[in-house]
Amino acid sequence: MTPAIEIQRLGKCYGALVALDNVDLVIQPGEFFALLGPNGAGKTTLISILAGLTRASHGTASVMGYDVLSGYREARKRLGVVPQELVYDPFFTVRETLVIQSGYFGLKRNDVWIDEILHHLDLTEKAHANVRALSGGMKRRLLIAQALVHKPPVIILDEPTAGVDVDLRQSLWQFIRQLNLQGHTIVLTTHYLEEAEALCNRVAVLKQGKIIALDSMHNLVHSTRGYTLEFRLSSEKLPSGLQAWPGKQDGCLHSLKIKDSSEIETALSILRESGIQVFDIKLLQPDLESVFMKLMEADSAGSA
Amino acid sequence: MTGFYTLFYKELLRFWKVSLQTILAPILSSLLYLLIFSHVLANRVQVYDGVTYAVFLIPGLVMMTVLQNSFANSSSSLIQSKITGNLVFVLLSPLSYLEIFLAYISASTLRGLMVGMGVYAAALLFYPLPLQSPLWVILFALLGSALLGVLGVIAGIMSDKFDQLAAFQNFIILPLTFLSGVFYSIHSLPPVWQLLSHLNPFFYMIDGFRYGFFGISDISPYISMSVVLCCLIVISGWALWMLKSGYKIRS
Ligand SMILES: Nc1ncnc2c1ncn2[C@@H]1O[C@H](COP(=O)(O)OP(=O)(O)OP(=O)(O)O)[C@@H](O)[C@H]1O
Ligand SMILES: [Mg+2]
Repeated sequence: MTPAIEIQRLGKCYGALVALDNVDLVIQPGEFFALLGPNGAGKTTLISILAGLTRASHGTASVMGYDVLSGYREARKRLGVVPQELVYDPFFTVRETLVIQSGYFGLKRNDVWIDEILHHLDLTEKAHANVRALSGGMKRRLLIAQALVHKPPVIILDEPTAGVDVDLRQSLWQFIRQLNLQGHTIVLTTHYLEEAEALCNRVAVLKQGKIIALDSMHNLVHSTRGYTLEFRLSSEKLPSGLQAWPGKQDGCLHSLKIKDSSEIETALSILRESGIQVFDIKLLQPDLESVFMKLMEADSAGSA
Repeated sequence: MTGFYTLFYKELLRFWKVSLQTILAPILSSLLYLLIFSHVLANRVQVYDGVTYAVFLIPGLVMMTVLQNSFANSSSSLIQSKITGNLVFVLLSPLSYLEIFLAYISASTLRGLMVGMGVYAAALLFYPLPLQSPLWVILFALLGSALLGVLGVIAGIMSDKFDQLAAFQNFIILPLTFLSGVFYSIHSLPPVWQLLSHLNPFFYMIDGFRYGFFGISDISPYISMSVVLCCLIVISGWALWMLKSGYKIRS
């Protein structure tokens, strides 16, 4: 099967700064893929190269088998990109913007689909409003609508939910999930890791232009074994039996790393014996955020 | 074809929606030039026998307006799109660099011609202007507006800020237009200036355009046409290369 996105030894330098460092990545059709990484990791640079907004310094990239340079027309017809920056053309209304965007892709009569996108993105009422008069979140949704006018099989969203309120975020994800179920390949970047965890099947983590983790969401999240046990105690000092356990402390709030649930019992009995009162207990599952934090730490330790 | 046509239409809408500034204002300012210069200089200059100064002035003014507005259209549209960032919508599309080029140039040409026609029509109300060979008039209006549309594309791509574009306009376009013989025949100039004028492509556009009205010109319209056409080809080649290579816009 032709990959939706195929990137080989892709590099991009801005002067001395290496924004992308020999990235290899293959994304299959139908995937719901998260591209994660801290600010400046190179996510937008990678997307810009795929979209033809930026030229790579070396390496190749293709969309649905079409090279983004030599086959740019075919590649771009198959790609919808929601840019990270909130850009708009203040001369036009919402509807005009979408009609014009359809025209760029060679689509003359696209009204039925435009109405449908407007509906899903809750912009129908604003169809005839000037784009300038939209709120930030509405402008973001218009950007999403623009990326969808030509029903691209591959959709890349660069922080689509930044500045969108909770309600709409839910309906937005529902819409995007529906697109994914219909067979569209979705790639997204976001700094809301719970969103990525809930939605995506596979993840790549970029840092300083390099992919430092690439796995299914399930494997990645469960790559760190064990849980965190969080106690709120009557004492700031842990009993001697627990002091050797790995963990952290913030006043009376103690978190301990445990490998499995049998250790909960042990910890509790040690506390009981030493007469310390337990006000609150929480068992924290590993999540993407903790894995992410660990990756960031581990990698900087490795490179230091 | 739809892609090209859409971008052309978008560019057209862009200036049409603010036609007060983009069409009417330049027409009005050209008419003011006409009024003031023809009044002040009426009794002092006679360039061609039997042609009053005001009548001599009109074709030059019309052409100057055409050129300035063609330039203004593509250059300001591009720089606005670059600065606000909405050029990405064009750059993300499958439009080829040739389609993008042609769309911007066509819209620029159209705006130049519209404003020029406005000045011409208004001037006709006050002055009897001959029209010896309309074909030359149309040809030079088209070539001139296209050439300035292309220059506008180049200036729009090269400038990063509005003041850079303004510098382009004030230090290149404006001097070249004013020194091209809009207000005088270059035969009235000292030899050095005559020579320099011959190095100014704008001179040939104005001179050829004027020939279409009076049947008289400083040099043969065929030569003027060749010079302007050569300039158009060279400048277009440059602009197309910039668009193709992604210079400044696909960094
Ligand atoms: N046009 C440019 N000129 C110079 N450096 C650039 C340019 N664009 C990006 N960079 C640099 O390249 C690196 C990667 O930037 P990029 O925008 O891809 O990061 P990102 O992962 O999208 O970050 P964020 O999460 O903040 O959006 C950064 O160090 C950035 O400063
Ligand atoms: Mg980014």
